[in-house]
Amino acid sequence: MARTRPEPMQVVKQRRDAALKALVDGVPYVRFLNITFERRGDELTGVLNFDEKLIGNPFLPALHGGVTAAFLEVTAVITLSWEHMFPRIETGEIEAEDILKDENIRFPKTIDFTVDYLRSGLPRDAYARAFINRSGRRYASVRVEAWQDNHAKLFAQGTGHFLMPQPPKNKA
Amino acid sequence: MVDKTVLARQFIEAIPHAKALGLNLTDIGEGEAEISMPYNEQLIGDPRTGVIHGGAVSAMLDTCCGAAVMSHPSAPGGTATIDLRIDYMRAATPGQSIRTHATCYHITRNVAFVRATAVDDDGDRPVATASGAFTVEGR
Repeated sequence: MARTRPEPMQVVKQRRDAALKALVDGVPYVRFLNITFERRGDELTGVLNFDEKLIGNPFLPALHGGVTAAFLEVTAVITLSWEHMFPRIETGEIEAEDILKDENIRFPKTIDFTVDYLRSGLPRDAYARAFINRSGRRYASVRVEAWQDNHAKLFAQGTGHFLMPQPPKNKA
Repeated sequence: MVDKTVLARQFIEAIPHAKALGLNLTDIGEGEAEISMPYNEQLIGDPRTGVIHGGAVSAMLDTCCGAAVMSHPSAPGGTATIDLRIDYMRAATPGQSIRTHATCYHITRNVAFVRATAVDDDGDRPVATASGAFTVEGR
């Protein structure tokens, strides 16, 4: 009747961090923008690490609107992929190496994405968190919010729809 | 009018992120703009296929829309994005450059309405389309 003993903390941490690193570092564009992710349990926060090349208006200066859109979209796709894979990462069915190499592991594809620009992005780090409104077998709806100094004062928010990766067709 | 076009071109070329993406403003004037972006491995979204990330296409469309607004005969000066919606039709073919064309089809004292399309070498099948609202700001 005794429940199984919980895994040692380092084992859990190592497994989750390795999977997340593989998911993020495997994408050249995420490295180009220098977006990193912080993890608390299964909760992710995207961090857009500021750099001069992210500026869109050099006179203000302000972040490029396209960078903001890309940051929100990257956060949405990574969070959606992460939540989609998380149960299989936990059972060990998917390992970090598989995320980089296994041809059968596919990622959600963006169908559409809408961004509301609420205030101009200041020339400093930005943070974003994605919330999955609904994730079905084929489609997912995701909302993302982004802030800088004050979480209550969002500088942008977005909503997108995604096509979920389809499992390989069963042989009839 | 010519003066404004020159100004807009210089403005686009002075944008650090436009430079980072390697954007070229190929045409601008009368509320329309065209930008091209050469294929760049740093912008790949899916390393297995080499397809450019949607975010890079969004950044390009956003820049193109802004340029179209600034080049409109009734636009007094600068602009900022209020909202932008992007629809992704298909993956851009790896190795090909991407071109965007934006049209500012209506403008009021305060708001400019813009549509844009992105294509690769196959100009008949759009990679993505965008529609958005932009602010109209004085000089």
